[in-house]
Amino acid sequence: MRHLPVFIPLIFFLGALLMALLPRRRTSLPHTLAVAATFGGWVFSILGLGTVIASGTIRYHLGGWQPPIGIELSLDALSAFMCAVVTTVSLLVLIHSKCVAANEHPGKAVPFYSATMLLIGGLLGIIVTADLFNLYVFLEISSLASYALVAIGDKRAPVSAFRYLILGTVGASFYLLGLGFIFIVTGSLNMADVASILPQITTTPPILIGVILMVIGIGVKMALFPLHGWLPDAYTYASSTSTALIAPIGTKVAAYVLIRLLFFVFEKDLVTIEIPVLKTIGYLGAAGIIAGSILAIAQHDLKRMLAYSSVAQISYIALGIGLGSTLGLIGAILHVLNHAFMKACLFLVSANFLTKLGHADISRLDNSVRLKMPWTAAAFTVAAISMIGLPPTAGFFSKWYLVIGSFEQSNWVFITVILVSSLLNAVYFFRVLEKIYLRSNEQKAEDKETTAFASSEAPASMLYPTLILSAGLLVLGLGNVFIVEHVIKLMIPPNL
Amino acid sequence: MIFQKEATMRDLIGGHYPYWCVLLLMGIGLWGMLMKRNLVKKLIGMTIFQSAIILFFIISAFKYGATVPILDKQLGVDDPTKYINPLPHTLMLTAIVVGVAIVGVGLALLILIYRRFHTVEEDVLIERMK
Amino acid sequence: MEPTQTYNSLVPFWAILASLIAVPLILLSSKKPNVREFWTLIAALVKFALVLSLLPEVRAGKIAECTLLELSPQIGLSLKVDAFGIFFALIASGLWILTSIYSIGYMRGHHEKKQTRYFASFALSLSATIGVAFSANLLTFIVFYELLTLATYPLVIHSETKEAIRAGRQYLAYSLSAGLLLIAGAGWIYSATGSLDFQPGGILNSVNATPNAFRLVFLLFVVGVGVKAGIMPFHSWLPNAMVAPTPVSALLHAVAVVKSGVFGVIRVVGFVFGPELMTLHHLNLILGIFAGATIILASLIALQQDSLKRRLAYSTIGHLSYIVLGAALLSKDGFVGGIFHISTHAVMKITLFFCAGAIYVNTHRQKVSELDGIGKAMPWTMGAFAIGSLGLIGIPPINGFFSKWYLVMGSVQSGWWIALVVLLLSGLLNAAYFLPILHRAFFVKSDQFANYGEASPWMVVPLCTTALLAVVFGFFPNLFFGFFSLAQQITASVFNLNLAGGGQ
Repeated sequence: MRHLPVFIPLIFFLGALLMALLPRRRTSLPHTLAVAATFGGWVFSILGLGTVIASGTIRYHLGGWQPPIGIELSLDALSAFMCAVVTTVSLLVLIHSKCVAANEHPGKAVPFYSATMLLIGGLLGIIVTADLFNLYVFLEISSLASYALVAIGDKRAPVSAFRYLILGTVGASFYLLGLGFIFIVTGSLNMADVASILPQITTTPPILIGVILMVIGIGVKMALFPLHGWLPDAYTYASSTSTALIAPIGTKVAAYVLIRLLFFVFEKDLVTIEIPVLKTIGYLGAAGIIAGSILAIAQHDLKRMLAYSSVAQISYIALGIGLGSTLGLIGAILHVLNHAFMKACLFLVSANFLTKLGHADISRLDNSVRLKMPWTAAAFTVAAISMIGLPPTAGFFSKWYLVIGSFEQSNWVFITVILVSSLLNAVYFFRVLEKIYLRSNEQKAEDKETTAFASSEAPASMLYPTLILSAGLLVLGLGNVFIVEHVIKLMIPPNL
Repeated sequence: MIFQKEATMRDLIGGHYPYWCVLLLMGIGLWGMLMKRNLVKKLIGMTIFQSAIILFFIISAFKYGATVPILDKQLGVDDPTKYINPLPHTLMLTAIVVGVAIVGVGLALLILIYRRFHTVEEDVLIERMK
Repeated sequence: MEPTQTYNSLVPFWAILASLIAVPLILLSSKKPNVREFWTLIAALVKFALVLSLLPEVRAGKIAECTLLELSPQIGLSLKVDAFGIFFALIASGLWILTSIYSIGYMRGHHEKKQTRYFASFALSLSATIGVAFSANLLTFIVFYELLTLATYPLVIHSETKEAIRAGRQYLAYSLSAGLLLIAGAGWIYSATGSLDFQPGGILNSVNATPNAFRLVFLLFVVGVGVKAGIMPFHSWLPNAMVAPTPVSALLHAVAVVKSGVFGVIRVVGFVFGPELMTLHHLNLILGIFAGATIILASLIALQQDSLKRRLAYSTIGHLSYIVLGAALLSKDGFVGGIFHISTHAVMKITLFFCAGAIYVNTHRQKVSELDGIGKAMPWTMGAFAIGSLGLIGIPPINGFFSKWYLVMGSVQSGWWIALVVLLLSGLLNAAYFLPILHRAFFVKSDQFANYGEASPWMVVPLCTTALLAVVFGFFPNLFFGFFSLAQQITASVFNLNLAGGGQ
């Protein structure tokens, strides 16, 4: 138990290493290994979450060096929860990936799965570390892996991956630069140490510059509006599995870093009174919700639509962070969980469409989808309802906390934004649902002959993860109080 | 501290000139990344930007007349106040490694792009991607 | 009235579940229509029996409660069977039995496609409706209210024509926006009081807020529930939703969906804001103006409609606002009349829609102008139609008269003379749009229907039953279920009155 914080990311790095040693002939082995490693990580994460809830934070000093000097890993309620979310979603997506990988990029199993392992390992490293510079290193490990994953895709993927690389590096560099300022002033890199030093010293411009730079840097990684420019292309052109992996958890982990920095490292006065960081993030979130939703309406490609909707959904988390209150934070963290499930489910559905229909073009979808892939269509429906935020699905409840959090502060702008965005979500999801369920394909009967054999329901390895995720949305929705009372309440910093 | 209240303009420039040089380098890097249409130049800009940050850390650890933090009486370095904080240097070693890896991935992507589209000029690329 | 007791019971939960369980069964037996319809009927009967079994307790002043799970800290997915809840649940579940029988005749007679989806969605809608009726707090109410929107959407677009899809879009847009306003309102109340429970007399009395804040929030609620209740100017989805099959129009667009909107209005007026606060901040005036304008305008528009179903739809809009007006009057008799009108209008309007459907299936006529002489061909159907429409005009002894009578009394009590004028004027307008139909049916000589007979008994029996009920309830308003004394019981609880013997 004591070693859990280090085991959780380590098992993925081991997996990545072993991947290279696998015999080249056996093309199914990489997938098996990846799933096995992820399963191991999942078990560790669940164990970690259980232990943390039962007996409090687990701290681990790498190499036995004491914290302010050595690197510390820590598994508190927030990070254990994030580990559980990341590994659960990754496990389901990786199980699902077997056919996608064979279909979309045959023969690249080894590099592909090594990169996924590095990505997940890096993200988990970001989550467990308690050291600000160590966080930068893990951030870059996961980013490098995601550049590679984004590049494996259709013809245009490398270009979007390159843009992502440039912007991602700028983001990471801003973070590093900001960290430099904080380090110069405090002389420490340990999060808890920095958090205890900052209130004792007078706030000087370098601290403010450092805070701003770090937030901007993480904002880029998180695709916080208007720093989201890299996201739509990267999600659209990447392979389905890459998107299904990066979209639900990649940006969420960046959001986690933001929560960690703003609520656990920087003191409250610094980010509210000295410079209105929280407020700015909140209003950027509000703007992002509206902008992302409107842009999503304008898209024709399902994956691209989902990408813009990701921008909007990330902005919900930003809005919750911006509220800076208990309810806001509950909403934000719950939305991290809910949106991870929703987006994973939706991207898996689009992967099923791509595999079985050969396209995910909204204008070409019709009711043959429903007839041939009834379960996939049902999963899509549940996830769409959850995205719109109708009860009793999970999506409603995170918005509910955000709404009552906004009421608490009488912030009518946020309330209006949340409610209007629900309508916008309804517009772009019902547009797809209408096509899937109602648009008859009789006018192109000759096409029907050719596609009738090609498409039927997706294979079990693709179908079950999708269904589990969509069923999870109902479970998470109905069980939200349990999660909030027993898990999320533990994460709320005491000074809030 | 960079901007202390009593600092005059002369102090601000003269006393901190290495930082201003770093800022200039960053500006050059950012300009390269954002304004250049050639993807290789963008990558070069990115490298300059990263180097500027590395320099920033190193400069922050600089102290007149100080030396390595090794307790060695024969070398005459037994006064701890003369030590330079070694942490930024080690941090930057890691950052350099990270930077190299990123440039490597970036170049690999560029090669891939060039093979597929036979260009690394952004405007031509956008044309050919349609 | 004796003090109310509460007891735990899972019966309300089962009552909701009865039709929910039927949904997969209906889907599974899609290949065997007889089995499928068997499930529908069984579910309807079981549901009604379960609801009915709760009635004696409610009449005795006991309230069944159960909390299934928590939706938000301190707010559960809770069900509570008070007098008002059971009042609405009885109407909805009772009429579902008749509608199911009628649906079978209609769907088969009309050879509709996708009947499985139809019956499954219908069962789901009923679950949601009973959920709305039994909701113990606003959040539960919202959950079922949104579920109702989703469950009825497939019914609106049933024919899958362009027109139907457009109507479906409009319906979704209106209902979802309304749901969002409700959520906003609920959010305000939660942050102000920390509770969302429905309490007779309201939960906001101790809240400090400016009158304008109350007015704004009240407006959020009025629009939120008003969309389903068809209050103008949020009504326009309802006439367009008439593209749905007639049983849907009959049960959902005359009873379940629209009445859950009206139910919501009364819940909000009586159980969230409470009469005290309403009078204090003149909130009832807002509601009254909306309702009065709707009654007159809807009746005027109904006059111009040639499509029978659309005319009935506008008449529904008008009559729903009677109920809203009754709530807005905030006088004892007005409240009783409004609530009682829920039941009377339900029985009468469903009769009229059943008739319209029977005419359509039998003769494929949809327009009023094409009905010359149909009374001879379909005497039972048109006889029932006559009873229903006379009742809506307010002619005694049909039950519509009594609810209107109480509404009139109520407006006198609260001194709203304009309301009195509105009610009387609308009675005349009702006559103006219903009597021409009867005139055409019975008195215009035409032999265009010489080759047509009466509709199938699957349809005629239910519609005659409801017409009969309308008359019977006119003579004995308390027969079987005690609708009238339930209405009094509700009013007493809301106004905190000690009705000596009134609740018995």
